[in-house]
Amino acid sequence: MSSHPLSAEQQAAYWRRTSTLMWTIFVLWLFFSFIVHLFAHQLNSIVILGFPLGFYMAAQGSLIAFVVLCAWNAVAQNRIDEEFGVHED
Amino acid sequence: MSEARAASGGGFIANLGKIYGGYTGGFILFTLLLAVLEQVGVPNKFIGYAFVILTIGVYAYIGILSRTMDISEYYVAGRRVPALYNGMATGADWMSAASFISMAGGLYLGGYNALGYVLGWTGGYVLVGILLAPYLRKFGQFTVPDFLGTRYESSTARLVGVVVLFCASFTYIVAQTFGIGIITSRFLGIPFEIAIFVGLVGILVCSMLGGMRAVTWTQVAQYIILIISYLVPVVWLSTKEYGLPIPELTYGQALREIAAFEQQLGVVKGHTAAFADATGQFSWTEFHNFWALVLCLMVGTASLPHILMRYFTTPSVREARSSVAWSIFFIFLLYFTAPAYAAFAKLEVYQNVIGQPIASLPAWVQNWSQVGGLLTIRDANNDGILQLAEFVINQDIIVLSMPEIAGLPYVVSGLVAAGGLAAALSTADGLLLAIANALSHDVYYKMIDPRASTARRLIVARVLLIAVAIIAAAVAGTRPSGIIQMVAWAFSLAAAGLFAPLVLGIWWKRTTTAGAIAGMIAGFGLCLFYLVGTRYFPLWWIDTFGSAEAAQALVPLKAKVAEAAAAVQAAGANVTEQLQTALASAEAALERAALPRANWWGIRNISSALFALPVAFIVTWIVSLLTPAPSREMQAFVDSIRTPRGDVRLANSSTT
Repeated sequence: MSSHPLSAEQQAAYWRRTSTLMWTIFVLWLFFSFIVHLFAHQLNSIVILGFPLGFYMAAQGSLIAFVVLCAWNAVAQNRIDEEFGVHED
Repeated sequence: MSEARAASGGGFIANLGKIYGGYTGGFILFTLLLAVLEQVGVPNKFIGYAFVILTIGVYAYIGILSRTMDISEYYVAGRRVPALYNGMATGADWMSAASFISMAGGLYLGGYNALGYVLGWTGGYVLVGILLAPYLRKFGQFTVPDFLGTRYESSTARLVGVVVLFCASFTYIVAQTFGIGIITSRFLGIPFEIAIFVGLVGILVCSMLGGMRAVTWTQVAQYIILIISYLVPVVWLSTKEYGLPIPELTYGQALREIAAFEQQLGVVKGHTAAFADATGQFSWTEFHNFWALVLCLMVGTASLPHILMRYFTTPSVREARSSVAWSIFFIFLLYFTAPAYAAFAKLEVYQNVIGQPIASLPAWVQNWSQVGGLLTIRDANNDGILQLAEFVINQDIIVLSMPEIAGLPYVVSGLVAAGGLAAALSTADGLLLAIANALSHDVYYKMIDPRASTARRLIVARVLLIAVAIIAAAVAGTRPSGIIQMVAWAFSLAAAGLFAPLVLGIWWKRTTTAGAIAGMIAGFGLCLFYLVGTRYFPLWWIDTFGSAEAAQALVPLKAKVAEAAAAVQAAGANVTEQLQTALASAEAALERAALPRANWWGIRNISSALFALPVAFIVTWIVSLLTPAPSREMQAFVDSIRTPRGDVRLANSSTT
């Protein structure tokens, strides 16, 4: 195994793909951490199974989103690694 | 020797499922056995002892089995911890006495506004996963300051990293040791000062002989106990009240009933009302502080070295990534249950406590009101009926009293105590190791004596471990105030000092040594300034930065202090105790009034990093652009840690 697995262009392309994935998840993180809760007051007027929606998002909804985002990051980044042949053996 | 180790280690790793499965089964059997013993009349005190002593005994046993004289085993558990188990260990490392004992109580008292803690203490893992963990794992050294020292080719960067790490982790570990002291003293019935040192022994037996290896495998064991003991009472209550063992679904019903009671009882601040102040109105101060706290806790998560170093222990970059996902899943199991605890407890209080004759309150209220100061009932209007305002509950007893609220046998209370202890011990161990490793590896080995032998390094590491533990216990023994506040400070300090240099070091090749050091010092310095200034020098703060309004509010109180001081002065040598007491109480009143007013734009100092974070980034950016770009070799090093495959190309071989 060479210690330089990628050419400079491949390295740049690989990092572009990785960065795109990072920014996508980052924006979703921003949405579930902050933006959705800006409307907590308004969302609270919707009630599902007894949960006011604004409360629910902060108590459970965003948390579920965080778990999904982390799992998605792992799976999608593995796929990028395999595509560029830079995954570990 | 390494082959033999790999072989025996391989057997252990291959059988992890069997080992921890058997352990979990054994723990459940032990709990059932104690339940039977309780039924045949064994006293409660014995059951409390059995839980505390048996669980600490098991952790000590794992700690002794995992002893090692190998550097890589001691610092990073030999990098053989599978993603799933590292996830559990991180969960235990993460969830402290504050999460386990205080958070549900905070939700009970704070309602929606306290959900900032729930969000802030989970969402940070997304940042860990996308920005840091896989790259730090690829870098593959031993500590977080190691990364700073290598990426910025500078002992100064390493040293500043150690200072930030020490300040943040030490603040945090004092809070944990305090929590251990409280639980141990309550369930063993010994004085607090002695209990702290009993707890200290519990911490040291897990970490001293085996370092990271021992801490990892005890943390997995501790996670299993803490999650079982957190879920049992609330699942039981959910089944009993709503016929469904999923409290996360059924507490919506409880929220609806709470809202009905709030109307009936005239509670102005609704449980689910967002950003409401004490009068129930929307408040901009609450609104701003909610965001500030969420941001600081999340970024702090992604900067705390005891969490980041857990991702040095996985076998590969790939496993580091999936390990982040497992970590947040295991943490999520507790965090999304906590609001259910709060709702059930509140409903119980509204339903069966408030409005009842004080003579016939539920047994759990009577039991807890006998423990000093945690639950107070005072019949202010002497009508024999308990009104809402006459009932004061401490946030730390919501989780601890849930078994009794649910009408469960005492054995479940013992179980919950074991869980709280597991949470506090596991976090204290992780923090202790992070501090001692930074001192022994980064300061002693890398900066003082790079030629030290392996044996010597391991001895130094252990001596430092014991020293830090004793100092932490001694500080905790002075009962410093505001545990939750101290924990939040630790997050802000770490976020302000470490987040920018770590993230930019990986994601922006142009970051230079001078830029990183300047950014760390500026961010950490500003955070510390805000924290110490607003907490310890509120009067000076208001004089210097305060609004006219804040200064105005203090004028009459200042006049009273001056008056009392003049009286003391006038009395001269004949000063009476009465005059001095008057002066002291006037000064205390002034400070009480000043503390909540000493801030910038109403931001509380638990979110100090709000101002420091942007400063750290901007200073790093500007200074980096003003200094020459990093060498070609350094850029190649950054490329190599961005790619999972291949060797790490160190820019300067002497830094290895």
